[in-house]
Amino acid sequence: MNLTPDQTIYWQRGIITINATLVFTWLIMFLLVLGSWLVTRKLSPSTNISRGQNLLEVLVLGIGNQIKEVSQQEPKPYVPFIGTLFIFIAVSNLLSFIPGYQPPTGSLSTTAALAICVFFAVPLYGIKKQGLMGYFKKYYLQPTPFMLPFNIIGRFSNTISLAVRLFGNVMSGTMIVGILLSIAPLFLPIPLQAMGLLTGAIQAYIFAILAMVSIAAATTNN
Amino acid sequence: MDINSASVIAAALAIGLAAIGPGIGQGNASGQAVAGIARQPEAEGKIRGTLLLTLAFMESLTIYGLVVALVLLFANPFA
Repeated sequence: MNLTPDQTIYWQRGIITINATLVFTWLIMFLLVLGSWLVTRKLSPSTNISRGQNLLEVLVLGIGNQIKEVSQQEPKPYVPFIGTLFIFIAVSNLLSFIPGYQPPTGSLSTTAALAICVFFAVPLYGIKKQGLMGYFKKYYLQPTPFMLPFNIIGRFSNTISLAVRLFGNVMSGTMIVGILLSIAPLFLPIPLQAMGLLTGAIQAYIFAILAMVSIAAATTNN
Repeated sequence: MDINSASVIAAALAIGLAAIGPGIGQGNASGQAVAGIARQPEAEGKIRGTLLLTLAFMESLTIYGLVVALVLLFANPFA
């Protein structure tokens, strides 16, 4: 049984391998870029807007509101990063109702890459907001300097848990469907696939919110 | 006991033990949410959203156990 889409290899020469994770990630990137290009090509400020513009406005405003609720700050600088994470994970999870599609988030390489992006975004945003010394004082020497090692461990364990949480949820969803397909292939996998769609959307939301929480911890002053 | 049978037992223990805590926690959370909705039916939407979020957090602890179990079964680094 294939545990992750990493094991489905389409093309290989030397150390360069094209596996299902890469191919489906490219597919999602293509879809997202094409969709946003088509929509933003003809934006209009009037009240008579196209469906796509309506969708994008709802998405961007909703993400901004969530960020504001979590961090109590102006959402503007965070919307591009958090929104990209959310939309990419949500699309890659929700497309799994297409037969033959393997969600790239079901591979530990994808989720680890996303978590590492968060790992580097936290100090970037923190230093930009509070300066180098302010960031280190605020983020690593709280509540006392003796907590420094635990704070450092916390940074890494946070990243690992982000990656493993998303990977485990998506992978276990596809795996349960695969097991059910081999023992009771008629109708029975359908409700579990529907639940997979629900957990996929929730996991995308949770990933974005957790990324925002750790960024907010590095950027707020008190 | 060779490494293969030890891995199978360890996988069973990993997922079994990891299911206990989140099970209790999710039961608690859902019970409190139902009590909250019964007391204040107009707050149902907000309670449901928060409940789903917290349930997914607890769920992820079991998922860690599941990942360890699956790694032991299908991608064992020692066998």
